[in-house]
Amino acid sequence: MYAVIVGGGKVGLNLTRELIEKGHEVTLIEQRRDRYLSMEDELEHVAQYGDGTELWVLERAGISRADLLVAVTGDDEDNILICQIAREKYLVERIISRVNNPRNRQYFDLLGIRPVVSATELILRLIEHEVPQYGLVHLLDLPGERLEIIEMDVAEGSPAAGAHVQDIAMPDGSLVISILRGGDGFVPSGDTVIEAGDEVLLCLDPGLEDQVTALFSA
Amino acid sequence: MSFILIVGAGRVGSSVARSMLASGHEVSVLDEDPLSHERLDAGQATTWEDAGGRFTIGHALEVDALREAGIEQADVFVASTDGDNTNLTVAQIAQKMFEVPRVIARVMDPARAEWYAGQGLSTICPTRYAVEMFEQELAGV
Repeated sequence: MYAVIVGGGKVGLNLTRELIEKGHEVTLIEQRRDRYLSMEDELEHVAQYGDGTELWVLERAGISRADLLVAVTGDDEDNILICQIAREKYLVERIISRVNNPRNRQYFDLLGIRPVVSATELILRLIEHEVPQYGLVHLLDLPGERLEIIEMDVAEGSPAAGAHVQDIAMPDGSLVISILRGGDGFVPSGDTVIEAGDEVLLCLDPGLEDQVTALFSA
Repeated sequence: MSFILIVGAGRVGSSVARSMLASGHEVSVLDEDPLSHERLDAGQATTWEDAGGRFTIGHALEVDALREAGIEQADVFVASTDGDNTNLTVAQIAQKMFEVPRVIARVMDPARAEWYAGQGLSTICPTRYAVEMFEQELAGV
């Protein structure tokens, strides 16, 4: 695979190292001269100096034959532009962008730039996982596919506690896919009895959170 | 009379803002630097507000600031900050999120200006004009 990475900060540099280690071909574009010079010692021809939002710089990096473009500069507007140009002008099939300010995520969505990675949101997700609000944790969101996987604690006295999986009035578009009990996880069948204190993983269409929450909380 | 929102009031943005106001348009300016407000006032008989202009402090990509500056009522949106990529991004936000009927972005890089123009965005590239003028001046050399 040939990957073009724009932005030679910590993320870009370490990503470059990892991808090379895995045997991929990589070009890393960095626009700050001092940073470029310090990484050139290590990366040699893999590092290229220039503004990755300039078309000729992307072309010099061989953007047209890239299988993947990763935009990880510290500037969201730059990342948006790089991704747009890579995808729409140079027809790069796969793009990944970093979102620096979570408030700008809506603009990536607006312009169809996905997937995006936001360190702030990832850490928030982890905090949510450690300190769940409403007992519900989002494990995976696939908005494009309109699917999500959530984790919930089963509360004592909830409609689900003590019930067979097949008897729980799960709304259409939702499914219990796994039960975590006493440190073990297993895939339930219809006659599995859910116990208070279990953690259940549910696969569901977005928008059903409130309905399923009602089934597993008291 | 149109309502014109200008984001980025450097030398170009502030001059365009003043001339549009003088032509009788309603003009609102958004800039993150309070100094650009002074630039609007400099050398004028009245302050920008007394002349009828609006000024909002905020960053081009802040939705709240764009709303406060009146983007939802704007007939024309001008992106003239000093960053090409900021201008191209906020111009597309004005076009796609707020459906402003006329959107113009200043883009210093001719290559980017040309490509985005091909994507249906009005772009103005000062660099291209400068090159053309140099070429004219140097034509007889």
